[in-house]
Amino acid sequence: MKLQTRRVLDRSFSGMGYFSVFLLSASLIIVLVPIFVRGIGAYIFKGTVEFRRLNYEKFNRGNKETIEKEMAAVQKFRKPVYDMLAAFEKQIDNEEILNSHEYVRDLEEVKELVRELLGPAPGEPEAVMMRDRYGRTRWDKARKTLFHILYMEKWDHSNADEMGKKVMAPRVDQFKGTSFEKFFPYMEENLENMLRPRLTFYWRFLIDASFDAHLFGGIGAEVLGTIYLVLGTMIFAIPMGVVAAVYLAEFSKETGKIVSLMRVFISTLAGVPSIVFGLFGLAFFINTVKVSNSKSVLAGSLTLALLVLPTIIRAAEEAIRTVPRTYKEAALSLGASKMRTVLTVILPAALPGILTGIVISMGRAAGETAPIIFTAAVSVGRPLNLIETLTQPTPALPWNIYNLVTEHEAVEQIRHVQFGMVFTLVLLVLLLNLAAIILRARISKKLRG
Amino acid sequence: MKMQETQPENQKLNINIDMSDIPRTAKSQTQSNADILENEDIQVFSRDFSVFYGSNEAIKKVSLRIPARKVTAIIGPSGCGKSTYLHAVNRMNDLIPGCHSQGKLVFDGEEIYGPYVDPVLLRKRVGMVFQKPNPFPKSIFDNIAYGPRLSGGKSKSELYGLVEKSLKDAVLWDEVKDRMNDNALGLSGGQQQRLCIARALAVEPEILLMDEPTSALDPRATASIEDLIGELRGKYTIIIVTHNMQQAARVSDYTAFFYEGHLIEFAPTDQLFTKPKEKKTEDYITGRFG
Repeated sequence: MKLQTRRVLDRSFSGMGYFSVFLLSASLIIVLVPIFVRGIGAYIFKGTVEFRRLNYEKFNRGNKETIEKEMAAVQKFRKPVYDMLAAFEKQIDNEEILNSHEYVRDLEEVKELVRELLGPAPGEPEAVMMRDRYGRTRWDKARKTLFHILYMEKWDHSNADEMGKKVMAPRVDQFKGTSFEKFFPYMEENLENMLRPRLTFYWRFLIDASFDAHLFGGIGAEVLGTIYLVLGTMIFAIPMGVVAAVYLAEFSKETGKIVSLMRVFISTLAGVPSIVFGLFGLAFFINTVKVSNSKSVLAGSLTLALLVLPTIIRAAEEAIRTVPRTYKEAALSLGASKMRTVLTVILPAALPGILTGIVISMGRAAGETAPIIFTAAVSVGRPLNLIETLTQPTPALPWNIYNLVTEHEAVEQIRHVQFGMVFTLVLLVLLLNLAAIILRARISKKLRG
Repeated sequence: MKMQETQPENQKLNINIDMSDIPRTAKSQTQSNADILENEDIQVFSRDFSVFYGSNEAIKKVSLRIPARKVTAIIGPSGCGKSTYLHAVNRMNDLIPGCHSQGKLVFDGEEIYGPYVDPVLLRKRVGMVFQKPNPFPKSIFDNIAYGPRLSGGKSKSELYGLVEKSLKDAVLWDEVKDRMNDNALGLSGGQQQRLCIARALAVEPEILLMDEPTSALDPRATASIEDLIGELRGKYTIIIVTHNMQQAARVSDYTAFFYEGHLIEFAPTDQLFTKPKEKKTEDYITGRFG
């Protein structure tokens, strides 16, 4: 081959390499940036006075006097709203205006939206559902509701050849010529005074239980459930995995038939789809062995442990094999038994590699959804205590992310929770990996001297 | 060859080798060194001792006696079986799959490859220093204390005393006494090797096996190790395998020459290097092969 051709080939090859690395990082950024930006919105947002009232009444957080003062202040601006509504309703009832019955339905709609925005009107009986007891707690959601008060969806069918078009028509047009006309500009101008948005850092989102199907509160139960599952998984997977790795690397005969068969099993285990692990966990741990009567954290942990076992075994075996043979020789020549050599010299020297495998598996266990569907996860639940994990199922981040997206009754209302959950999960896994890198670096440094 | 070490006085040499009591196969060059070692305690001896790697016979019917508290060097070209012989003495050969032995190898009245011998206990009595310095990635103190801790039951102060004594024996104490908690891998090559010797000494062995202990070191570090061997002479039985004939001449009392798995000649060092009895030995030490 000519020098020129070889050079061109070399260059195009490295060019392709750069390109794929670039593509990878670009897609990572495209995926992660929205998750981070919107996910942070679950923690840092403009909270309204309703949010502060909720926090006080539900969790007893905040100062009673300030909140009462604030409520009094906003009531001043809210009163005209209710007054206008009541006055117009009266006009309709008394048929003071032309075709008054035409306004009944439109007014009901507006009233419903106002209740959504500001919470129950003064003097209304206490609502059953929590969502009916408070107005909009987040300023961005409040702005959206205001938009729905000001504008209504209409379908424009004027062009018969085309499909109908959705247009947002000002609602004020419907009430043209009535006393209610001035209601809309008032709402638009005084929304801030009625809700008093203030930048809020709601870090308790991470630990608060959720209320009313995630419309209020945080994701504490899910985070705790995920932590339980990860820890439970590691309790089962680390001893099994490390012992198996030590056996494979140090004690087994390289050429043994049973050992090679075992290796085949381990590789196969690594390739089994995770949903199959879930079904296996249900069939074996819950239905056959009956570790618990129903789904439980325990059953889920056992299932996840099986899932991550091959990863841990492989990483640990690799790490043990890379420990210099001279360490082993030195220990044995000093009169250490084989077991002692493994425990005092080989495992400490292999620790960085073993840890890497463990942390990667932790990330995997935290994020896996399929194995816990049948064995551990429920959509709604409270935070468990340690003993309950043996018998009770738990909400968990990956499953609840899926669940909120697919099955929630008011997806639009809880978008911030979804993003908050995804953000938290990603952050959890990233932090785990970061911890692994730091730990690994520190231990390796110690080993190198 | 210039001898740097003076020979111990009890080495009144009797060169006439009487082979009548040694069973000999026709082809083997096996010799006994019984008469040479007339005035010595024998600590280790082998009779018709062979080691196989699978079907390959690495050392062939070697009969050798190793005197107590003397330095015995084993020399020979690569692949002559000298390391194999050394590794048999503390059964490090067990680590190699397919390695087995025949014949007798006796240490302190007990057959090393006997069925009831616990290699772990054996290795506590037979220390070893390897070709490349191999300290553990632990602190200097933990390295030395590793062996004593294995048997347990030692208090902190006892342990500390033992570590200090071992380091002093290995002529390393002054260099490391202020940094006992530093990682041993931070030491220089020569220091590391002396540390390994100190580590082996801390177990209080009777024999110290050295497998080319200076082949990975620079000349200065080599000199320090050789000085150390001089210090240890008389306290421990030392068997040293070396590629370097000058080194064997400098440090050892007795020298065994191995060639292709056979023991060719065993003699007091000055004699072997000045008046070798065998043609092969002479060829080797004059550099005609190897």
